[in-house]
Amino acid sequence: MTSAGQFHRIPVSERREITCRVDGKPISVFEGDTVLTAVLTFRRDLREFEFSSDLRSGFCLMGACQDCWVRKSNGERIRACSTLVADGQEIVTQHGGKTDG
Amino acid sequence: MVEARIVIIGAGPAGMKAALSLVEAGHRPVVIDEAQRSGGQVYRRPSPAAERSPRALYGFEAARAQRLHQGFDAIADFIDYYPETLIWNAEGRTLDLLYNGQNQRIAWSHLILATGAMDRIIPVSGWTLPGAYTLGAAQIALKAQAVGIGQSVVFFGTGPLLYLVAYQYAKAGITVKAVLDVSAFRQSVVALPQLLTGGRTFAKGLFFLAWLRARRIPVLRGITPVEIVAGTDQAVAGITIRTAGGKLRHFDCSGVGFGYGLRSETQIADLLELEFAFEHNHRQWLPVSDDNGRASTCGVYLAGDGAGILGADAAELTGRRAALVLRFDLGETELAAEIDTLSARLNAMRPFRHALDHVAFAFPERLARNVPDDVIICRCEGLRAANIRQMARDTEEIDLNRIKAFTRLGMGRCQGRVCVAAATAVLAGAATDMSSTGRYRCQAPVKPVPLRAFLGGCDEQV
Amino acid sequence: MNRFDVAIIGGGLAGCSAAFHLSKRGASVALLERGRCGAQASGVNFGGVRRQGRHPAELGIAQRSHALWKDLARLIGTDGEFRTTGHLKLARSPDEMADLEAYRETARTFDLELELLDTKSLRARYPYLGQAAQGGSFCPGDGQANPRIVAPAFSRAARALGATVLENTEVVHGRRDDGDFRLELASGQNIRARRLLNMAGAWGARIAAWFGDIVQEGVMAPNMCVTEPLPQFIGPALGVCGGDVYIRQVPQGSVIFGAGYGLADRDRVFARPLADVTAAGARLAVSIIPRLADALLVRTWTGIEGTMPDGIPVMGPSPSTEGLFHAFGFTGHGFQLGPAAGAVMAELALDGETPTEIGALAFTRFNRSSTATRTGC
Repeated sequence: MTSAGQFHRIPVSERREITCRVDGKPISVFEGDTVLTAVLTFRRDLREFEFSSDLRSGFCLMGACQDCWVRKSNGERIRACSTLVADGQEIVTQHGGKTDG
Repeated sequence: MVEARIVIIGAGPAGMKAALSLVEAGHRPVVIDEAQRSGGQVYRRPSPAAERSPRALYGFEAARAQRLHQGFDAIADFIDYYPETLIWNAEGRTLDLLYNGQNQRIAWSHLILATGAMDRIIPVSGWTLPGAYTLGAAQIALKAQAVGIGQSVVFFGTGPLLYLVAYQYAKAGITVKAVLDVSAFRQSVVALPQLLTGGRTFAKGLFFLAWLRARRIPVLRGITPVEIVAGTDQAVAGITIRTAGGKLRHFDCSGVGFGYGLRSETQIADLLELEFAFEHNHRQWLPVSDDNGRASTCGVYLAGDGAGILGADAAELTGRRAALVLRFDLGETELAAEIDTLSARLNAMRPFRHALDHVAFAFPERLARNVPDDVIICRCEGLRAANIRQMARDTEEIDLNRIKAFTRLGMGRCQGRVCVAAATAVLAGAATDMSSTGRYRCQAPVKPVPLRAFLGGCDEQV
Repeated sequence: MNRFDVAIIGGGLAGCSAAFHLSKRGASVALLERGRCGAQASGVNFGGVRRQGRHPAELGIAQRSHALWKDLARLIGTDGEFRTTGHLKLARSPDEMADLEAYRETARTFDLELELLDTKSLRARYPYLGQAAQGGSFCPGDGQANPRIVAPAFSRAARALGATVLENTEVVHGRRDDGDFRLELASGQNIRARRLLNMAGAWGARIAAWFGDIVQEGVMAPNMCVTEPLPQFIGPALGVCGGDVYIRQVPQGSVIFGAGYGLADRDRVFARPLADVTAAGARLAVSIIPRLADALLVRTWTGIEGTMPDGIPVMGPSPSTEGLFHAFGFTGHGFQLGPAAGAVMAELALDGETPTEIGALAFTRFNRSSTATRTGC
């Protein structure tokens, strides 16, 4: 597993490998991973903060802080820390524009 | 209208135990929980695809966790269990749910609130960087996902969780660069007589500390966090602290976990319009209850850490007690003796908990009140301490809800969960009593709901 | 000092503005607010600042208010986040489009120019709108502002000019004798004033009744919802014929929509949004802007507002009591009127008259059979 990610896997028993895409890029992850785990084993950030160029990568991992909302490719919102990644899933982390009018 | 039900909110140790204690008397409660699987945060279970041994997951607590999980799994046919279900609103004697992506409603006759807790945060420069997490998050990552929050990590803050998480990480083979506690060693000495009453829990704490020291992992007491430092990739590269002796020290790492004890989640209690009081012991507004956990509204019972932090063992007791008191109120008066016994056991646990949370690992009041101006307080809206202080000066206000209205503090997706503890301290400033900032009001939804959930209309019953 | 030239009951936007305008003219003023300034309808409303669609009886004062909104920063030190985004009123049927056309003629007599948009130009200009919208009427000068900050800013500006602003101060009774108004406070203290302005919102009729001015005032709590921040895409504040939903996007990116009414308990001074109403509102909002389906609802709120039987406020002298003036019952559309309502009330208190046309809002209309009607569109 690449070490470029924020999250660092510890050795565990065999798990089924699946593939998903993050912003179009295919990545190989494990069944049972959350979307957050899937993304962060490959990257250090999950998303761009709306109000500046800061990056965010979730915070509480228990569905409380709401800092890890991303999208499916159909636009549907998913909370990365509490959503399990599915085989073939397309995840979009870019939010498509600044909010300051 | 569908028949009103006994509803338990939360499937952590309190909620699970309450369910067991209702089923044994032939009731069929509805159990609603946000997580995919039961266990709450402390006994969280990984998804079936990533199952590991209880020993690997829960360490010393494996037997306790296993007993609770097996008990709960055994009553699966005797309860109506709705995992992955958010209660987004409470109104009168109904709850509004986000279930399967749709808005639903359920009526309750009796309600056991076991809504749990989350980490209490004091912001520090750099705390919103990728790679900075709560201690709870660090533990969940390891337990539920078999990942560390970084390849090399530093844990800081205070509280029993600090040492437990550090131990769990080091044991899993992740490099723990340092454990940095803002509480001073002398605080533990002062608390020692009460801490000794904690028995098993206290012994575990000593064990973790000795274990970390034996592995030459630096454990520093009485520190002050200064800054979580970013690298060129805009993510955590290290942390700078001030030692008890006043010297600056830096530790390189790729992840940090921090927290200052836990804070009860009371949003649903608020929407139920329960009475609240400021509990100085718990440093927050909590729903009030009688000596046996009955809330101010008839038919509502409080259990677990959502009603004030007492820990997982106490949560099981308050969970059972909530169920027994409910049954007592339905006519099983012979339960009075057992209820008294449970309450006595709970009361006996309080001195230890008090010594732990308020003396040995006391919330660092000064640190919270003096968060530097340029530090972000509200991470949803990107609001800094200076914004809050400036508005407080300009408007001569310290009321949280007014400052919220003027600055957008706590108006983001988390609705104040993460920032309220710190914002309260910042607003209270140097001298004022923490309760004088007023109670931050919860407004539905309890957590974000996609508007799509409302497009299918509203069924009366899940 | 407990004797003032003018006492104002009610620290909503209009009351705070009255305190400001009176202080500016040198009058001694006591503003009496039971809770906090701008905490009810003035602080929790949608934040639309529009003239389009108003009842003709309100258009004169709406025009005067419009000038004040544009000048807010100079007057009170904050622009209240007022932005001239325009207001777009949507028609969802040919009948509604005909109503918009008719209203344009009415507005013209008040120097308010509206631009009508057919389906094609509506789609071209606002491609995010759903099929439900078939046409619209655009008022370029209208806009939106942040209701949470405007009334408190007026009260601070009034205080800076010398007004006595007493919050958490409930008036339990008032009467007039020896030419003075005597107001009894919950604290047991008394306030005396030569003139009294009743600007108590949903509680206005109760105060009017102390002096024998009787009117039935209803109560409502507009159910407001807000989403997470989204990239800017909406532009104007949106309304619809019939008024059953209204939507705007604030500068920070969140989309606010209102539809229907929550629970309002005037006696307990308690209001809360209702889940069913929120759900129905979400459906309406998505029917206007389909892409909102994927936005997260993060908060709902409401506050208590007074409503009059004919849907327009009371403004003017008391029919019974000299020196008493009423302005209340704004029926869910008082935010835009607030600044001018305060200016007009200040003139009434000090001069006994105002250059602004408010005759159709007089209290006396309730002493005979009402001829005013609700706005058709």
